[in-house]
Amino acid sequence: MAIRVFLISLLFLSTTITTFSLYEDQVGLMDWHQQYIGKVKDAVFHTQKTGRKRVVVSTEENVIASLDLRHGEIFWRHVLGSNDAIDRIDIALGKYVITLSSEGSILRAWNLPDGQMVWESFLKGPNHSKSLLLVPTSLKVDKDNVIIVFGKGGLHAVSSIHGEILWQKDFAAESFEVQHVIQPLGSDIIYVVGFVGSSQFNVYQMNAKNGELLKHESAALSGGFSGEVSLVSSNTLVMLDSTGSTLITVNFHNGEINFQKTDISDLIKESLGMATILPSKLAGMFALKTTTFMIFIRVTDEGKLEVVDKINHVTAVSDALSFSEGQQAFALVEHYNNDIYLTVKLGQEWNSDLLKESIKLDDQRGLVHKVFINNYIRTDRSHGFRALIVMEDHSLLLLQQGEIVWCREDGLASVIDATTSELPVEKEGVSVAKVEENLFEWLKGHILKIKGTLMLASPEEVVNIQAMRLKSSEKSKMTRDHNGFRKLLIVLTKSGKVFALHTGDGRIVWSLLLNSLRKSETCENPTGLNLYQWRVPHHHAMDENPSVLVVGRCRSNSDAPGVLSFVDTYTGKELGSSSLVHSVVQVILLPFTDSNEQRLHLLIDAKQRAHLYPKNPEAVGIFQREFSNIYWYSVEADDGIIKGHVLKDNCIGEVSDEYCFETKEIWSIVFPLESEKIITTVTRKLNEVVHTQAKVIADQDVMYKYISKNLLFVVTVAPKATGGIGSATPEESWLVAYLIDSVTGRILHRMTHHGSHGPVHAVFSENWVVYHYFNLRAHRYEMSVIEIFDQSRADNKDVWKLVLGKHNLTSPISSYSRLEVITKSQSYFFTHSVKAIAVTSTAKGITSKQLLIGTVGDQVLALDKRFLDPRRSINPTQAEKEEGMIPLTDSLPIIPQSYVTHSLKVEGLRGIVTVPAKLESTALVFVYGVDLFFTRLAPSRTYDSLTEDFSYALLLMTIVALVVAIFVTWILSEKKELRDKWR
Amino acid sequence: MMKNSASKERLLSHQRSSDPAYIRSSPTPTTTTRRKFSDSDSDSKIQFSLEHAFGDSDFVPAGTFSARLKTWSHGGQTLTKLRFSRNAFTQAEKGNFEKLLIGDEFYRIRLPSNVLSPPGRDYVVSSVKARCLPREGLDEHFVIHMEGVNILAVNYGAPGACPYPRQMKLPAKWSFNSHTVLKNSEQAPRTPVFAEEQLGENGEGEAVKPPERSFWAKYWMYLIPLGLIVMNAITQAMNMPEEQATGQAGAQQGAAVQRGPSPAVRRR
Repeated sequence: MAIRVFLISLLFLSTTITTFSLYEDQVGLMDWHQQYIGKVKDAVFHTQKTGRKRVVVSTEENVIASLDLRHGEIFWRHVLGSNDAIDRIDIALGKYVITLSSEGSILRAWNLPDGQMVWESFLKGPNHSKSLLLVPTSLKVDKDNVIIVFGKGGLHAVSSIHGEILWQKDFAAESFEVQHVIQPLGSDIIYVVGFVGSSQFNVYQMNAKNGELLKHESAALSGGFSGEVSLVSSNTLVMLDSTGSTLITVNFHNGEINFQKTDISDLIKESLGMATILPSKLAGMFALKTTTFMIFIRVTDEGKLEVVDKINHVTAVSDALSFSEGQQAFALVEHYNNDIYLTVKLGQEWNSDLLKESIKLDDQRGLVHKVFINNYIRTDRSHGFRALIVMEDHSLLLLQQGEIVWCREDGLASVIDATTSELPVEKEGVSVAKVEENLFEWLKGHILKIKGTLMLASPEEVVNIQAMRLKSSEKSKMTRDHNGFRKLLIVLTKSGKVFALHTGDGRIVWSLLLNSLRKSETCENPTGLNLYQWRVPHHHAMDENPSVLVVGRCRSNSDAPGVLSFVDTYTGKELGSSSLVHSVVQVILLPFTDSNEQRLHLLIDAKQRAHLYPKNPEAVGIFQREFSNIYWYSVEADDGIIKGHVLKDNCIGEVSDEYCFETKEIWSIVFPLESEKIITTVTRKLNEVVHTQAKVIADQDVMYKYISKNLLFVVTVAPKATGGIGSATPEESWLVAYLIDSVTGRILHRMTHHGSHGPVHAVFSENWVVYHYFNLRAHRYEMSVIEIFDQSRADNKDVWKLVLGKHNLTSPISSYSRLEVITKSQSYFFTHSVKAIAVTSTAKGITSKQLLIGTVGDQVLALDKRFLDPRRSINPTQAEKEEGMIPLTDSLPIIPQSYVTHSLKVEGLRGIVTVPAKLESTALVFVYGVDLFFTRLAPSRTYDSLTEDFSYALLLMTIVALVVAIFVTWILSEKKELRDKWR
Repeated sequence: MMKNSASKERLLSHQRSSDPAYIRSSPTPTTTTRRKFSDSDSDSKIQFSLEHAFGDSDFVPAGTFSARLKTWSHGGQTLTKLRFSRNAFTQAEKGNFEKLLIGDEFYRIRLPSNVLSPPGRDYVVSSVKARCLPREGLDEHFVIHMEGVNILAVNYGAPGACPYPRQMKLPAKWSFNSHTVLKNSEQAPRTPVFAEEQLGENGEGEAVKPPERSFWAKYWMYLIPLGLIVMNAITQAMNMPEEQATGQAGAQQGAAVQRGPSPAVRRR
């Protein structure tokens, strides 16, 4: 008996342990994870016959990855740090991938099959220079293959087996800028060619085995050079002179340097405009690119130039590939409308095409930016070619035999901004027929599920159940759901492409390469900045589509003209776009909509003028009504000044129209530059909902939260402490946190953390701010919380006052009233450094909050806000314990189960976006970096809905069984009664 | 040595944070008394001017702040004993101010951002809707945020509330009633560092656990069925003797019992 009681109590106890984490079979049920690599910079094919076919690529997101050539899947991948850009890659010894990164200072070797790092060596040198990597196939020193690296102003020979530097030679002292390192095939001599200044041409001849300088010649080049220097053969270079109109051929041979000048106009009779030499390495020739066409020019043995061909519409040329003895081929890609033509030409004979294919492409991919080719031997022993092409939208495609073998949407590795859009409302209700049709299926599924829960299922059935759960069509439907879990994630990427991802399974619903964000003559270097919800229809939700506003600018500096584009989120079509005459520095969302439900936006330009959008008279009318109540602030981080502004009147001058307004400054805060520098500013999210304004604390007392949308959190640090950690001593580094009212410029709170250091990551929600920084004295990271409470409403506690209406809770609050606020603050140690912080947001703001911390390990940790409560004390009273207060500890706990990303990593994590679902308990979380991750979170668990795997069939069957049992027992009892009566 | 200086610094900053001198200048500017300070060598008197503007007009001097500049032994300088004397409005200024009141516009003030070499890098500006100021006279409240000899910001406004639909109201007296507060930065509380043994006992172990809830909150779902079972058992136990009693009685009374309540009991 005692044992039974013990067992039962044990069972009870085991079920009461709270679960933060997922079960193994819940992975992938409501989360998805996508891996990307970014725009490919360089690709090297793995040519060895053995093993699986792969290509190794390096990307602009500093990723090195090995991809499967059959399906485009990632075999392995490494994301190097954001300041460790990969310059060159190559394959050595047929088994190591060699990468040169950080401007030629770090050389690493990775094992080709599994991507493990084999060795790493640091190349030291005095100055910056172009970095070059040369992996000769035949150069051997004592049975060791040598890698020749030019980096940091010196030439290094590195052993490919263990990465040791065999010899090195510095060129730094002579201010020598290297252009090429050449190793003629089969010889032990290396030529290092380059320039001193822009006119002196130098050739160094060196012994590759020991680094001995054999010969050094130099010759003056009149007229200088500009742009790329193309290596035509192992002893001939071609470049343009500084005017860009003359081609210079340099021939160096046995200590002689010959220059030959040829005017471009002599070669081609028409005017070219600005021409540039392409960096591609073609055997015996080079390519000259102008704005309209491309010219291929062959260099003959005597150094003469001959025009081989002139082709329009060429966009990309690959390097030459030697595929059989002495034969070299290269690929060029031409565009015609939506088709691309891939031509593989033999280097020696121009007129014979080895391959000519036309491929139809999706028109949302833009132009071909890069092409890499690789050969294979067909079954009939002829040579086939496959081409890897990189498109304008950063996607990567493999072409083979005139078809797209696979395609990777690697633009998604560089998400700039993300927002959400609702899906269309389901127009006709769910038809009964449809349900009945698969009623049998439905029942079967549920019976399987029951088997699963009762642990009766066989292993295959378990697999079936799992597959069924993952593929549930319910979650990837294209209509709005009752719980608000299904949405469209609209993301803007660096390439100027906008994607819509379905939150259910992460698939791309549509994608759009914005024409306004593509390179053009008027807009040389467009970049996307932000996405805003332009129109969210509520009244016309059935027949109007929501749209988003994409804001970009033409150059990276802030006074460049802006670009706007409006995109329909259901169809993915661009509704309109405009290139603006003014710049865009700040975009302010106004809380008003016009009759078309377009949100009013105020765009501030570099001259502090405000421009109202949408440009229609109705919007101006709405705007004029609230004219005097619109305030905003600007942060000039470099000058250490924060200013507040209001609107004045319509613009006067060249851009004057009724949608443009002059502004004036009403307040300013000037930080002394010698002691403070602004590093972080954070505000509350505009759409955040706060449910309770008051906080009931333990002793039945009430504190009113100071909830203002106009609070600005600013962190400044000592100027010395702006560098990395270690750049300042604890005495000379400090960090000051400010809470500023952005309407009046009042500083509500100001606090100095001595001995603390940036970088600072902060999040602001309701009436609290949490920020993360480094404490130099304690040698640890810290997180602090500030909560701000309103004292002016504190005397509203009297019930009688509330009953009699003598309270000031309903009166409008003015920022100009004198503030009576108190702040509470507390600091805790935290183990990790942080990449991003966000907070969960729910529909009504009732559910308790969790902080989402993007850790240095590229994972997301969910931390209950209760751990960051400034009222925590070491020994909480009984009342405080009942309230749920956690006893104070010096550091914040990291519970392994509370990682939102469970076992996955979001490589290169940059941002966390949280969106409320319609269900109050649940928030949707989207994490982006090189990878994308999406999940649903329920900080207080799903108290308002049944779990997904709740078995309705079991419930139904139980009810049916109970009803049957009731009837059976009733009949039995009736019978018994009758029998009893007859007795 | 290091420790010593650190502790001194803490002491100083503590002093500084408790320092905010709350000075109420006398209601009328003309009666502001000025005392001469000559007690300390390291202290020097300093003056800087307040300037104001009506709406978009240019800034003109409107008053003078005077304070003592205290030089600390570690080299820092702070202001203490701030006094303020405000110039009375001229007739033209009164007119301007009335215009602001009518238009519900901004009355702006500014201070130099450095008190030693005004205006420093730039002026710090603050403004308030003119309608917030008039009461009996014109009530104003300055909060000057200092960092050494630099003025970071000045917060200017009414000392009390300024309810939103701002009422147009002319002041009875055209004289300023000024309140001035000087504020320096607060020191953040240090992160508590617990001793190792304390950590071992209750620190870490407890922190990892989820927050404790009361017994009832945790186990109600088990307690309620348990209670029901117990209640059921009790009622059954209560029925048992009754049934026995009825059983005995039934043997005697026979058919009369069958329409009585006992079959119901038996059926249950």
